[in-house]
Amino acid sequence: MAEKFLMKGNEALAEAAIRSGCRHFFGYPITPQTEVAAYMAKRMPKIGGTYLQAESEIAAINMVLGCASTGARAMTSSSSPGISLKGEGISYIIGSDLPCLIINVMRGGPGLGGIQPSQADYWQATKAPGHGDGQILVFAPSSVQEIVDLVAKAYDLAETYRMPAMLLADGMLGQMMEPVEFPEVEPAVHDKSWALTGTKGKRKPNIINSLYLQPKELEDTVKARFKRYEIIQEKEVMIEEYKMEDAEYAVCAYGAMARIVKTAVVKAREKGIKVGLLRPITLWPFPQKEIAAYGPKMKSMLCVEMSMGQMVEDVRLAVNGSCPVSFFGHTGGVIPSPAEVLAEIEKMAGGAN
Amino acid sequence: MAIVFQKTKGLTDKETHYCPGCTHGIIHRLVAECLEELGVLDNAIGVAPVGCAVMAYDYFNCDMVEAPHGRAPAVATGIKRSLPDNFVFTYQGDGDLAAIGTAETVHSATRGENITVIFVNNAIYGMTGGQMAPTTLPGQVTQTTPYGRDVNYSGFPVRVCEMLSTLSGVAYAERVAVNNVPNIRKAKAAIKKAFQAQIDKKGFSIIEVISACPTNWGMTPVEALKWIDDNMIPYYPLGVYKDATEKGVHAE
Repeated sequence: MAEKFLMKGNEALAEAAIRSGCRHFFGYPITPQTEVAAYMAKRMPKIGGTYLQAESEIAAINMVLGCASTGARAMTSSSSPGISLKGEGISYIIGSDLPCLIINVMRGGPGLGGIQPSQADYWQATKAPGHGDGQILVFAPSSVQEIVDLVAKAYDLAETYRMPAMLLADGMLGQMMEPVEFPEVEPAVHDKSWALTGTKGKRKPNIINSLYLQPKELEDTVKARFKRYEIIQEKEVMIEEYKMEDAEYAVCAYGAMARIVKTAVVKAREKGIKVGLLRPITLWPFPQKEIAAYGPKMKSMLCVEMSMGQMVEDVRLAVNGSCPVSFFGHTGGVIPSPAEVLAEIEKMAGGAN
Repeated sequence: MAIVFQKTKGLTDKETHYCPGCTHGIIHRLVAECLEELGVLDNAIGVAPVGCAVMAYDYFNCDMVEAPHGRAPAVATGIKRSLPDNFVFTYQGDGDLAAIGTAETVHSATRGENITVIFVNNAIYGMTGGQMAPTTLPGQVTQTTPYGRDVNYSGFPVRVCEMLSTLSGVAYAERVAVNNVPNIRKAKAAIKKAFQAQIDKKGFSIIEVISACPTNWGMTPVEALKWIDDNMIPYYPLGVYKDATEKGVHAE
């Protein structure tokens, strides 16, 4: 049994990345992800790694691009406005087929917004992390332990499919302290024959590039990437189904929000409402089939988010009209309370039984 | 039979896409020759820019990565921090380095990042068809300064070597030109010195190369080379702007 530590979400995240073989962190200060960078700044010099504070988010993500092109496990961490700045680099990393880990500890927006917890970057992460046709892997942990487990998973899948992975967290999860254990697993080893290391006179030069001036060549490259996306959608979806066995109603929520929903689900069950929780753990690939399968079996679904309603669109697309889907949420850093969610569940179920 | 001359191994056999009279070809060859002569070609990782040299990854015969516009020094930083014993260089134009990538240029320089930047200054955006660059001369006519660059309206040209020479992280900064044979010889010596500074881990090095763009200057190749002497060099004097290669820039 591995040793248990009491750690903050942000610090556990940084430690998990180090244990997954990350030795290169490039960051720029922004609230509320500061502890990730601070932890890296303290630990990296002790283990022969790199913590480098870049001059901007743009520079940081491009340092990640350079570092990842050498085959190393590179990482950057930021919060919403900073992720917007990284959009350029993320698109180039997608187009260059490079693996890396990006953390977004979400805060309220748009613009400078606020610094309180939010889930308002769902669309950005899952639909358009940068320009062009392309996706990134998006993981949404809901506990400190799950952060640790998903960091290892994120690096592994990023290298398997040669694409960026993002951990989408929020200030609540980042600041939360929970007991956590680090699995004693060696990071998976993947083929890196594409990496830039110098030819050593033994092979032809490797070129890492996202420019294809011939339309057909670009289309073929994008299509090949989308073939990989199909495999990911088939094989890598993760979802938690909680109290769904006999459920007549389902609430969809992810990340820290799902914990609040869980409390409300338990309370609703005490009142005799047969309700369960569907918690996507991968936001891309989205658990489309899993949620679709529940559609015809549910009287109604409710999506709860810390935004004006973003994931709810994917839930509606998934069930495709097979059951009504309503939405409840707060935004700007206002966190929906268990009582509010319970009231919404009761409303969905037509009042307590 | 003894070989008295052959093409450097630092360049591939690919035909370049550069316009007639463009001096990118000369600069590519000088860089490639220096990589070969210093024995770092097999260990080199180059970073291509956005601009006319965007396809430099097809021409240099070493590992290459294509950077987003202006970000080459940040990309090079990521490479060098991962592989400190590899030779890392960027090849950038004036729009890339002195406009959109100014922050990346200045901060990789002030960090004393142990990389070499080859900065090609031709006073214009070539790839997009001849717009005003940060280095476009006062009065110079471009597509976006059709009445000549009015410095009271569009601001003044950036003198990169002068600016960077004030930074403690810069080990070597020199401005050269490739418009005649003596200048080309000096340019090669400068590139070699900058590369050697990196090999010896002395800090950030940059060679600014004054280059011709006959197509977008609206001149013949010969007129363009003369225009460098008459207009570019007076505004951008050639010479060494910083040489800290003796001691290096890093504290003991």
